[in-house]
Amino acid sequence: MIDFGYAPLKINIHDLDKADLSLMDWITARDESFRLCIACGSCTATCTAGNFTNFSFRELCHSIRRGEVEKAVRESEKCMLCGKCTLVCPRNVNTRNIIKLVRKANQNFRV
Amino acid sequence: MLKKVAVIGGGVAGLEAARQLAALGYQTTVYEKNDHAGGHTSEWDRLFPNRRPAVEVVDTLKSQLNGNPAIVLSTPITELLPNGDKFTLKTNNKSFEADAVLIATGFELFQAERKEEYGYGIYDNVITSAELEKMFTEHGAPLMRNGEKPKRVAFVHCVGSRDEKVNHLYCSKVCCVTAVKQAIEAKEAIPEAEIFCLYMDLRMFGPGYEELYKEAQQKGINFIRGRLSEASELDGGRLLIKTEDTLASRPLKMSVDMLVLMVGMTPAEGTSKLIYNLGLKPNADGFIGVSDYHLKPSETGIRGVYTAGACSGPNNITDSINSARSAVVEIHRYLSVKEP
Amino acid sequence: MKEHPFVIPFTIGLTFVILYTVVMWTIWVVRLTRREKKIIWKRLLTVKTLRGIWETIREGLFHRNIFKKNVILGFMHMSLAFGWFMLIVLGNLEARLYPHGLINPPYYPIFFEFFRHDLSPLREYEEIFTFLMDFFLLLVISGIGIAFFKRYKSKVMGMHRTTKHILIDRIALTSLWLIFPFRILAESVTAGLYNTGHFFTNFLGQQVIYGLPLDQLYYPSWWAYSIALGSFFVALPFSRYMHIPTEILLIFLRKYGVREKDSHSSYTNVELNACSRCGICIDSCQLSTDLGISDTQPTYFIRDLRYSKPSERLRETCMLCMRCLKACPVGIEITQIRKNERSEHQLFSPTSYSYLNGYAYPKAKVAFFAGCMGHLTPNIIKSTLLLLDAAGIDYTFIDRNGSICCGRPLQLNGEVDAAKQLIDKNNRLIYETGANCLVTTCPICASEFKKNYHMSIPIYHHSQYLWELTNQGRLVFNQSNLNVAYHDPCELSRGLGVVDEPRKLLKSAVVLTENSNQTKQNSLCCGGSLAITNTSAFQKSTIAASTVLQLANNTTDLIATACPLCKKTLAAAQNDVPVQDISEIMVKALMDSRKASLSEAKVKMASPKLEVVEEYK
Repeated sequence: MIDFGYAPLKINIHDLDKADLSLMDWITARDESFRLCIACGSCTATCTAGNFTNFSFRELCHSIRRGEVEKAVRESEKCMLCGKCTLVCPRNVNTRNIIKLVRKANQNFRV
Repeated sequence: MLKKVAVIGGGVAGLEAARQLAALGYQTTVYEKNDHAGGHTSEWDRLFPNRRPAVEVVDTLKSQLNGNPAIVLSTPITELLPNGDKFTLKTNNKSFEADAVLIATGFELFQAERKEEYGYGIYDNVITSAELEKMFTEHGAPLMRNGEKPKRVAFVHCVGSRDEKVNHLYCSKVCCVTAVKQAIEAKEAIPEAEIFCLYMDLRMFGPGYEELYKEAQQKGINFIRGRLSEASELDGGRLLIKTEDTLASRPLKMSVDMLVLMVGMTPAEGTSKLIYNLGLKPNADGFIGVSDYHLKPSETGIRGVYTAGACSGPNNITDSINSARSAVVEIHRYLSVKEP
Repeated sequence: MKEHPFVIPFTIGLTFVILYTVVMWTIWVVRLTRREKKIIWKRLLTVKTLRGIWETIREGLFHRNIFKKNVILGFMHMSLAFGWFMLIVLGNLEARLYPHGLINPPYYPIFFEFFRHDLSPLREYEEIFTFLMDFFLLLVISGIGIAFFKRYKSKVMGMHRTTKHILIDRIALTSLWLIFPFRILAESVTAGLYNTGHFFTNFLGQQVIYGLPLDQLYYPSWWAYSIALGSFFVALPFSRYMHIPTEILLIFLRKYGVREKDSHSSYTNVELNACSRCGICIDSCQLSTDLGISDTQPTYFIRDLRYSKPSERLRETCMLCMRCLKACPVGIEITQIRKNERSEHQLFSPTSYSYLNGYAYPKAKVAFFAGCMGHLTPNIIKSTLLLLDAAGIDYTFIDRNGSICCGRPLQLNGEVDAAKQLIDKNNRLIYETGANCLVTTCPICASEFKKNYHMSIPIYHHSQYLWELTNQGRLVFNQSNLNVAYHDPCELSRGLGVVDEPRKLLKSAVVLTENSNQTKQNSLCCGGSLAITNTSAFQKSTIAASTVLQLANNTTDLIATACPLCKKTLAAAQNDVPVQDISEIMVKALMDSRKASLSEAKVKMASPKLEVVEEYK
């Protein structure tokens, strides 16, 4: 292939036909509360790590739902497991368990 | 002999039902626990969607209260017992009889202290939506604790509603449109102020409500999609609030002069007592469970006992008044076939 | 003296178990760390050894800890241990009266009744010995009877749930339980034939079974006894009964100061083998009593860890509330072992928090630290600061603008490498405030600071600090008739041993009532534990509701607690009894002359100016 010296634009669109939902399925099988999130953002708002870095638990869960597995795993490491998010979630999503599951999936699957 | 109907609760649903029942020829008495009629509506300043004064609605309903229907104030019903095919209502030292009963005990507002992280009762300038309405009636504008006009007000939606942490999974129906209305009113009262609404969703379900939302946007109300996680106090009684700007996917913080909590509706204590008393079935949220949500929304499952208004679930004034009329039709049908 | 081949199974078994025990003890002790060996050596010839002997007698023989839990249960364990011990000792003494040679072979005293009928003349004390042997035999068999009964009706012994045993334990158990019935059979048959024994065996032999073909039963019954003994000894090292010799070693090592460390060590092996799987820990665990999860308690965890590796579920399903630690009659450091096992499966890396830069706490004299949970309970913060104001303390709210987590939630989940980063960072930041002491409203933080931070300044939980101020007369309170039940947080009562100061503080303002014996170091967990992640919100609130039910009765006005997480968890689970922190109760009781209303006091806050620090490596 000839090198034209530029790369085609990556289109920033979620393609749900191609999204890799394996992590979402793996997590949902182990924690049903994952499905209950209404994306209110209380978790991110109260997050201890969020005071120091760009970390959004809500966005992490959303990434999982859209198949952005690498991003989710990368972000999950920032969590300090402090538990504030679990205490404020209005839907009783077991946030800390989901973080641990993402970390475990990272070890199991090497995603 | 005129058949007697007892209406427990003198709010808008109870009052409307009473005047319709009296017009149909029943001897109707309203039993109200407070020293004034009108329920929560009488504490309100203006009603959505057209911002007409609440006092108009309450006064119209109250104006019918002489002779029949009659109202007995400061009379909380402590017990309601079936007595053959009639009913006995007991209060502190008296008892009354009726052929049919309408429960219109309404609601109580969520106690905002339970959301400790919002600082109600802890910080000076955190108030509820009900307290704001009073401020509008008395002062025409929101005022800080030190009497000054706030320059930045944030309205927090869904306080005590849609929240498993306080065991209220349900939506309280009216708080979103109330918040938008109050935001517009606050902006009109203090044009230089910055007004924010922190919401999870905007439930503008009725006629003119979505239009109200648009009007709010036009008037410069800022809408932030994010649920408040906590508030802390700054020097001078101002507040620092933290939320996530979910649409931008970034945390957001800001200082405000005043926080208005849109507290939801919870079952009234009187409602819970009656549920227990009569062995009624509460619904999943603790309000009175009706026989059939679509087809029998006024029936409680006990013959002769009916329900109207917010005691069977969060409701707005229009729909409460409508449900009162629907209950009256059912009571009329019931009493028409009943032996005198 | 006739020898008889039936002694062989016993002798093989005994030799095996003694060899095994000596080898294992040697391996364990040799593999201790240098430091541990040094302290043992230093303390070997001190009074600690005597204390070790006393504890071995008190716990190993008499099982005093189990008696404290339930008398019948204690009697059951004691009768077997003490009874069998006495049978062996007395048997050996008795045999000494009739030497078999230069030294008696080990089987001689055990099967003495077999050999005795040949002996003459009988010595003077013979009658006493025979009586005592029969007495202790009866004692043992009564214990075994109770143990048998316990497998069917354990509730009578105060145990709702008892350990479900695996095969090797059941084999060992069965042979153990058969030893003494077979001994009674053998000795009774012998008594029937040769009129030996005393009130028990002689009675049985002469009055009860005399009609049976005793000749034919004679050798088989002694064989049965020997085989039961031999099987038990062979099974012992691989079963729960390895506890018998190991507990002795454990008692002494512990007396000399050996403890669990931050990862599994040789001492851990001693502890794992010292667990008798008695099952007392199961009932102490609220996961069992409130949620019906009865297969993850230490009796199973320790067992699986000893034989191989516990499953993930077994490792993870524990609130680390330490109630089992308190209940364990052997005193095994269960909680630390579980944490160490968790730290072998870390999910976070040592560089997870490299983003923590450019942050500083402001300067302080008395540093007040609210912690993560504290920020969700602002009333606790405000009340405490008002009290500090009233006492004239020059404090600074160092994490007013947000804290770096103390690291305990990570620690409890085994994430020690990740926690270390937070510890290092926080340590440095707190040191740089120049504070001379630290006061926190969260016992979880206090526990972490005290145990893992090694700060040079004193750490106080706010209940301790406020009580000290009250003691000095710097805080004075109005007494009221409010009926308050105090809930001891796990981390405060069991974690830090602080149970008196909160009570003394509360008593100076309200009427403190105790409605249950599950208080102080036996207190119930609120269920909000950060150490467990696989219970749902509903399960947590089930535990919380159950705790409230046991804490309060219908005269209780308030539940007082001393932990923001406990407060949130107990309050969210029920609406019947209000839950407040000690500081909230005390601030309302401040005497008028020093009274500060919540809205009027000038609460000193830190200046919001943040200092930027160089990146700390």
